Amino acid sequence: MSNVLIVGELKDGELKKISREITSAGRKIADALGGKVTAVLVGSGVDKFAGDLAAVGADSIVTVNAGDFNAETWASLIAAVIKEKNPSVVLLPHTSQGKDYSPRVAVKVGAGIIADVVGLSVDGGKVVAKKPIYSGKAYGNFKVTSPIAMFTVRPNSQEVVQKAGAGAVETASPAAGDAKVKIVSSDLSGGNKVQLTEASIIVSGGRGIKGPENWPILQGLADVLGAALGASRAAVDAGWIAHSHQVGQTGKTVSPNCYIACGISGAIQHLAGMGSSKYIVAINKDGDAPIFKVATYGVVGDLFEVVPALTDEFKKVLG
Amino acid sequence: MKIIVLVKQVPDTETNIKVGDKSINEAGIKWIISPYDEFAIEEGLRLREKHGGEVIAISLGPDRVQESLRQAYAMGADRAVQIKVDNYVPFDTVLAAELIANFAKSENADIIIGGRQSIDSDSSQVVVQVAEALGIPHVAFAVSLEISGTNVKSTKEVEGGTQVVETSLPVAITAQKGLNEPRYPNLKGLMAAKKKPIESKSPADLGNPASKIEIVGLEPPPPRIPGRKLEAADAKGYAEQLVKALREEAKVI
Repeated sequence: MSNVLIVGELKDGELKKISREITSAGRKIADALGGKVTAVLVGSGVDKFAGDLAAVGADSIVTVNAGDFNAETWASLIAAVIKEKNPSVVLLPHTSQGKDYSPRVAVKVGAGIIADVVGLSVDGGKVVAKKPIYSGKAYGNFKVTSPIAMFTVRPNSQEVVQKAGAGAVETASPAAGDAKVKIVSSDLSGGNKVQLTEASIIVSGGRGIKGPENWPILQGLADVLGAALGASRAAVDAGWIAHSHQVGQTGKTVSPNCYIACGISGAIQHLAGMGSSKYIVAINKDGDAPIFKVATYGVVGDLFEVVPALTDEFKKVLG
Repeated sequence: MKIIVLVKQVPDTETNIKVGDKSINEAGIKWIISPYDEFAIEEGLRLREKHGGEVIAISLGPDRVQESLRQAYAMGADRAVQIKVDNYVPFDTVLAAELIANFAKSENADIIIGGRQSIDSDSSQVVVQVAEALGIPHVAFAVSLEISGTNVKSTKEVEGGTQVVETSLPVAITAQKGLNEPRYPNLKGLMAAKKKPIESKSPADLGNPASKIEIVGLEPPPPRIPGRKLEAADAKGYAEQLVKALREEAKVI
């Protein structure tokens, strides 16, 4: 029997979209392999999400009570559930948290792992994982040969498919042991309202926004669209916005459905971070800017006129 | 203080990648140190400058990685070690981590530091896997690092902001942009680096871990949806067209 185990993720007490995405992907794999899907949620009060995960194909939900996120503790808890359930495939989110604990889980359970996967298929009873490599200039297909195959999955890369599973809730209470890393304090005021790496729409600004005082123009559009605010390296290095907003080679890799680049010329290091966006809109005064080579829709124009007009137009149609 | 810095050699971002059957065509590729690993090297050097000890740069790969190790020498590393693997399954992070962990164990390292990810695979796995294999704590995405005695205090980037964490040596750290500003090697350093020895280790020297990954094949990236420049008389006209295109054609908003 080839069972699939997925590890979900929460944010501010809500189930993240990536949890549904990988449950759907897990369901597809389990159907191809003739197995069951177990979803694991770590945190407090997570039982209530069983129905949400059952609706996208989870047969059972294992809940593990734990306090705030700590990579070391969570890795121990998740590895303990994996050892008990002994799945042949494990899917985890390639999120900030996932990158923090998934490497430990892989070593703890003796699994090979392919990270930052965007495609999952089944061939000869084994999962084939596709991932962009070399800044998206090639794609690699890999199989994991260990008995447990682990994959971290890029947010926004998997479709959410409604498919009913049983959704039975089971509570596990493995011992986590003491964490060697102690969290002293947290400052969560600096980030996006919408998480950049998981956003389905991103409004991003570059040198063309001219100064930090102009972010509200882009934020206005982002708010109407429920989008995250991104920035190019030029805007970050100029000190106009925090590095946590940077998209590109030394910033975040993003794969939204729609990336709206405002006043961004499109250096290759920027394209490396956003080139896999499904649709790209470029608004730039310079019609020769390299960003237009990747843009699905290009507007050669002044962002200070086009972006507010776009915000107004979206307000009108989105009500 | 013994500090091991992980130095991964990757194709320069501006290099064209030609896809072969199971590997890329290396002809004409310019190789560089993965940018995040430069933050790791710099941090290693600063720690040594403050606390004494030595910085050991380690890289996994065929002989071309010696060029990156010489660059680490030129920046100021004390020793350079190549784990010589010629037919390494690309991106088998667990295998790389086991080799590096076994080396770190033999050196009794206090700190292992590498970039938060390499720009050829974006996996963000190896450093934390090394920590697990050694049974030591890790701090991922560090933007500051202070060590006094065996106490480690670090600020790390987390979703939505930052966290201050404390732990103790030995520790593994992944370097995030913001941790420092990497130095440039000077000419004198570059000249001296040419003569320095590069130690060589084989997988057999390091426990000969087995690969857990099989490469099925490489392929070029999927074709992009063809783009077009919109034409309109004014900003309002562009806005109307864009909204229509994104809602009715692309159906993404």
